[in-house]
Amino acid sequence: MRFMMFIYPGVKEEADWTPSAEAVAAMSKYNEELTKAGVLLSLDGLHPTSEGARISYEGGKQRITDGPFAETKEVIGGYWMIQARSKEEAIEWASRCPAGGDVVLEVRRVFEMSDFPPELQAAGKLSELPPEQTVA
Amino acid sequence: MAGSVTHRTIEAVWRIESARLIGGLTRIVRDVGLAEDLAQDALVVALERWPESGVPDNPGAWLMATAKYLAIDALRRNRRLERKHEQLAREIGIQLAMDASDLESELDDQVGDDVLSLMFMCCHPVLSTDARTALTLRLLGGLTTTDIARAFLVPEPTVAQRIVRAKRALAAAAAPFEVPHGEELQARLVSVLEVVYLVFNEGYTATAGEDWMRPALCEEALRLGRILAALAPREPEVHGLVALMELQAARTAARVDSSGEPVLLLEQDRTRWDQSQVRRGLAALERVEQLTGSDAAGGREQGLGPYALQAAIAACHARARTGAETEWRQVAALYGALARLVPSSVVELNRAVALAMAFGPTVGLELVDALTSDPSLERYHLLPSVRGDLLERLGRSAEARAEFERAASLTQNKRERDVLLRRAAACATGPPT
Repeated sequence: MRFMMFIYPGVKEEADWTPSAEAVAAMSKYNEELTKAGVLLSLDGLHPTSEGARISYEGGKQRITDGPFAETKEVIGGYWMIQARSKEEAIEWASRCPAGGDVVLEVRRVFEMSDFPPELQAAGKLSELPPEQTVA
Repeated sequence: MAGSVTHRTIEAVWRIESARLIGGLTRIVRDVGLAEDLAQDALVVALERWPESGVPDNPGAWLMATAKYLAIDALRRNRRLERKHEQLAREIGIQLAMDASDLESELDDQVGDDVLSLMFMCCHPVLSTDARTALTLRLLGGLTTTDIARAFLVPEPTVAQRIVRAKRALAAAAAPFEVPHGEELQARLVSVLEVVYLVFNEGYTATAGEDWMRPALCEEALRLGRILAALAPREPEVHGLVALMELQAARTAARVDSSGEPVLLLEQDRTRWDQSQVRRGLAALERVEQLTGSDAAGGREQGLGPYALQAAIAACHARARTGAETEWRQVAALYGALARLVPSSVVELNRAVALAMAFGPTVGLELVDALTSDPSLERYHLLPSVRGDLLERLGRSAEARAEFERAASLTQNKRERDVLLRRAAACATGPPT
């Protein structure tokens, strides 16, 4: 099964978004550990919200708000997609992440198509395959 | 933290740490059986203590230190010290002294080497394939004997016996705990990759074993493949095998219909193929091409090994949105390259199918006819099945019907037999106009 690990850096100001060289080195070591254990499927880090936007709906009306957002505590800084054999294993991997301070990590199990009942699988069927040439 | 440490948490830690732990201990005590016993003893202590104390910050180092302590303790209490044991105690003592100053920072390279050496040891040529597989799943996958027995539908004592005998055989052969070099590396790597692919296929195609174990075996094989790719990144066939497994596993959801019956490749609903797995597979194949300077899609197959070639064929299917859009010429060329590397009538039959798709039934039939005299294909139902299909396309109905009937009499699969008999009956109504 697959799990998504989200990291919430919990920084006070978006200006603090860029981590120190030590933090980057520690994180690379962690990522390498995930790789060598054969559990890492993909990972990405995200720019601060000033580079992003939110699309929200109020009373059926769409609203687009450009970043940065005030409540930085709830901002995702990146994710890992891992293969684990149990939720406990995913939690164990997440707990090894070199984090501290106000960082929050969240572990979520990823839906596989086979987790859905047949009628939902049918509804989720793609009409056309997504474009193929997406390999980086 | 303390309250939340359950048996399942400790089990998860064990499955993460056991291969590194057993590898590290084998390096010290030079005996994989003793190393596993020590690791298991350490696990027992963890099961006693962690629910109270919580999981330590570095559980791997904790388990290693505990295993070493237990080893020395056991030796001290043993009144009849043999020379071999003294030697062992001395080695562990030296190792302990060295580690005491540097417990937290065991060299990463060393840990990687230990895991890789353990893989090579579990897949040592003195062992039978069954023994290699059982030992690999047990020591590198952290699977229990019960799990392995369930997966392979063999009695638990049989698996336990296999593992005990395998450890004894390794000790008797004094199999060195190391990563082989040069030419030996290539030969030994073949054995490791074979075991990983066997585990994958057991999960992917096997008719034996409990259903819920199958995805677990596929995932475990993929995990082992990725470990190899991370630890031996310069070996093209390692990435070739990872690519092959990812691309095949991508089709899992489409391989059976709603009633659980198998669906053939060309009849599969390709929208159900897992595109993230396809991308990982194609990325792994790209690594192979970078390492070998080949271009599987561009007709330069030189340097590609058997796994990479099979992955390249799977990639042709993965890139095609429909069966009709498949680059059949390329598939045929890749089967040709594969047949030159690993001569096989089954590969030739697949090449015939690809040739027929690319150049028409006459070209395919020529090759299939040449295979009909091959004794190894005498009872192989796909040969008359393919031949019948080609004859039917050529309008030779009577011959096609006879082939479909023969194929139906050879297959073990009821659904397949029904399909073949229906096709035979359709031929009887006369040639298409």
